[in-house]
Amino acid sequence: MSGAAENASVAGLRARFGAAVGRSAVLAGATVVTVDRERAHEILAWLRDDPGQRYDYCVDVTAVEYRDKERPLELVYQLRALARSVMLRVKVELAKDRPLEVDSVVDLWHGADWLEREVWDMFGIRFRGHPDLRRILMWENYAEGHPLRKDFPLRGRFSRSEQVRRALGADLDAHYSMEELSIAEAYDALPADVRERLAPLPPGGAGREP
Amino acid sequence: MAEKRVLELALATPGVDAAGHPARVPLVGGLPDRGAPAAEPDLRTDHMLINIGPQHPATHGVLRLVVELDGEVVVRVIPHIGYLHSGFEKLGEYRHYNQIIPLTDRTDYLSAPANNVAFALAAEQLMGIEITERCRVLRVIACELSRIISHLVWAGTTAIDIGAFTVFLWMFQERERAYNLIEEWTGARLTTSLTRVGGLLADVPDGWTGRLREWCAKFPKTLDEVDRMLLRNGIWLGRTQDVGVMTAAEAIDYSLSGPMLRASGVAFDVRKDHPYLGYETYDFEVPVGEHGDVYDRYLVRMEEMRQSVRILEQALARLPDGPINADDARVILPPKRRLMSDMESMIHHFKQVMEGVPAPVGEVYLPVENPKGELGTYLVSDGSAKPVRWRIRPPSFLNIAALPKMAEGHLLSDLIAINASVDIVMGEIDR
Repeated sequence: MSGAAENASVAGLRARFGAAVGRSAVLAGATVVTVDRERAHEILAWLRDDPGQRYDYCVDVTAVEYRDKERPLELVYQLRALARSVMLRVKVELAKDRPLEVDSVVDLWHGADWLEREVWDMFGIRFRGHPDLRRILMWENYAEGHPLRKDFPLRGRFSRSEQVRRALGADLDAHYSMEELSIAEAYDALPADVRERLAPLPPGGAGREP
Repeated sequence: MAEKRVLELALATPGVDAAGHPARVPLVGGLPDRGAPAAEPDLRTDHMLINIGPQHPATHGVLRLVVELDGEVVVRVIPHIGYLHSGFEKLGEYRHYNQIIPLTDRTDYLSAPANNVAFALAAEQLMGIEITERCRVLRVIACELSRIISHLVWAGTTAIDIGAFTVFLWMFQERERAYNLIEEWTGARLTTSLTRVGGLLADVPDGWTGRLREWCAKFPKTLDEVDRMLLRNGIWLGRTQDVGVMTAAEAIDYSLSGPMLRASGVAFDVRKDHPYLGYETYDFEVPVGEHGDVYDRYLVRMEEMRQSVRILEQALARLPDGPINADDARVILPPKRRLMSDMESMIHHFKQVMEGVPAPVGEVYLPVENPKGELGTYLVSDGSAKPVRWRIRPPSFLNIAALPKMAEGHLLSDLIAINASVDIVMGEIDR
């Protein structure tokens, strides 16, 4: 499949967004284009809504960290225009010397909700404007960091004895999600940063009108 | 919840409408000819929070659902996953490509051969390996057989959740027969590790194709029997029709895939839209639903099994003779006979096993149509023998994420039916 032509959307992106569109390549028949992190949301929204593009299906959102420590993290969006069965891979590079933050695309594709939560959980990339950005595969007060980062050892950061000690000392009620905490009453057992994220939520839980 | 919900039981067989579809039985709504129900006294009630799972037969694995109820009506569902998280993607970064294949068995453990094929195809595309025609056809057979097995488990367990026990026994009986075939081929029933990069673990044993042909001829009878029992069954219709509806636009927005997407009326099938393994040369139909409810998901999956049988028959008819492994010394181990007599082969074997096979710098995203939906394998290589990133795009993960959207406003018992209709497998969701 090598030698396949580049997806025409890249030319459209360059015409529309100019310098915000970085390098592009055709890898194993698939077109990959890198875009500027600050304008990523705007560009993805255009890809979804422009009548000539119509990437209406968000296949996947994930991230890649390379073994080379100098290389930035890459956030990878796999998009598909269902009507045309065309795929496009959009990448956003996140330099490690700046906070790992991008705008969430949940407002564009609902399917990105859990995918972005997983990227946050596994890589520690924050999504601004995500409605419910909490860990998904690991538990809420997991303290060892973000497992898919390359500086995360395969066996975990804590020793086995430390992991056991923490597991035995855990407040089981603290495993409830933020939304359930008004009932579980384990709010105090959560780490400070979780409590901070909890604060702007309106009081939910029992007795709330749907 | 102001509106009183009445369950209308359809005890008689409702028949067919003009279009030939079974007449739809409303689950929600007032009984006919009784006027508006009398106003209920406005009693002060509290919502109740209940916890289902993670150890509960109706959650199909270690899924935990926290449900807020107003009486019997679901106000909110908060799914919790991660109880089966094993860090497969992290482990993959420390494994050679062939060593990852046993990990793929354990993701969607109900259709292990299809996962093996998905990973091998992605790795082969990354390395630029062309597989043989016999290998390609045998992989199609493996994929379709595992699609049938997975859908059989789905139909059996969903029927149990809704209260029909017989279907479970019939379906699992067929599944046992299919698993016997898989076992004869690979030596294992669940964790098959069928593929290798560039080929297969083994060729099918003597007489195997004949036994598969025999099974293909007998198996659709079971589907017909199940259809006769469920298709127009008043209780089945009442429990499944108009329950957990996703419109086509919603299904796309929520990134649903596989039978979930097609039941909502979106005719997307990776086998047709991004063909692999030569699927474009097989003659089969893609069933598409109309209403996007639990009933249509049942119809779609039942028809998919029949279409899989068609593909199996075509694959058996065209199965060519020849080698199963690619003629590529980079990835294929030398034959055992040469290994024992020839020093170079010995060294080659040793290096390949101990050092692995380096893949060129690059990346590949390869989607395949798994029983649960679109399984994507995203591999990034920096030129070493171990991938920098092995990402599984898990179909069940995205399908179950739409559960709150589908279940809120329904009865608690409908939540069980909807959850069953998604066809989740936790090994793949949690990875």
